[in-house]
Amino acid sequence: MEIPYTVEVRPDTGIYNAKLGIWLFLASEVMLFGGLFSAYVLLRVGAEPGTWPHGWQNVALGTTNTIVLALSAITTLLAWVSCKVGQFGRFKFFHACTLLLAATFLCIKVVEYHEHLNNYEIYLTNGQIADGQMVENDPKHDYLIITGREVTDESALIDLRSQKYARETTFQIPRSEIKVMQNYGPWHNDYLALYFTLTGLHALHILAGSIVIGYLWGPGRKLWKTDPARFTNRVEVSGLFWHFVDLIWIFLFPVLYLT
Amino acid sequence: MSLKTFHLIFVTMLTALSCAFSGWAFAGGRLLAGLGGIATAILVVVYGIYFLKKLKKISYL
Repeated sequence: MEIPYTVEVRPDTGIYNAKLGIWLFLASEVMLFGGLFSAYVLLRVGAEPGTWPHGWQNVALGTTNTIVLALSAITTLLAWVSCKVGQFGRFKFFHACTLLLAATFLCIKVVEYHEHLNNYEIYLTNGQIADGQMVENDPKHDYLIITGREVTDESALIDLRSQKYARETTFQIPRSEIKVMQNYGPWHNDYLALYFTLTGLHALHILAGSIVIGYLWGPGRKLWKTDPARFTNRVEVSGLFWHFVDLIWIFLFPVLYLT
Repeated sequence: MSLKTFHLIFVTMLTALSCAFSGWAFAGGRLLAGLGGIATAILVVVYGIYFLKKLKKISYL
């Protein structure tokens, strides 16, 4: 049995079925991310003055990832256009570029997550707070080593926008002087919980999109030989999903990195 | 809505983001990043016009 309207336009909707399907799916995705963005806005607006973190993200890495995703949107479009004009070789090239850019994005995300998870806030028995990247945390030693700084007030760690160039040193902390120690994971505060949820969900979408694009680039390309018009439509549908994921990042980047 | 239309929306949003980024950078005294944002915004607009001319025959639906 042949599946109807995979290539030709369905008279009542004016588009082929897969395109209608992806737009319905993307509408549900808008609701998913919309809910999380709403959570962000409500928690941020409801936070006590001076308690919402600022300047906690690596803007250089975030900007690089924005450029990487913007380029991947262009290569996705070019892959679709190549199919439209019958240049299959160019399609393979552009989709390979998209896959490479997606991998680059995910690698940079891993670096960013590692930076957060390796960053510790340590409350000391003398009332000071040590904050920085863990260098050594060997359970055999009765001390640990971090690269960062010591502050007397927790509020000095909330707004880091004007402290980007604050002097950092490497120092030892005896374990006996540690009162409480916690890394900057999603459990640390509302901001990081939202940061990890939003960017983690977005990264999962990048991964899912890469699998689909990888399929079309690899085993799925056999369809090009038998039904090029249907294959081109599949590339367009995957491109629509990819553009949606890129568009989500365009909102995530200023909200999480620049404010 | 075709990929062409969605790409156009994406390019528009990217231009807005580049302008917002340069505003953020200038406000924070990052002159180089601010100029980079403006240059990117101009580049994206030029690309948008080029891409629209190239894909004139492809439907917006």
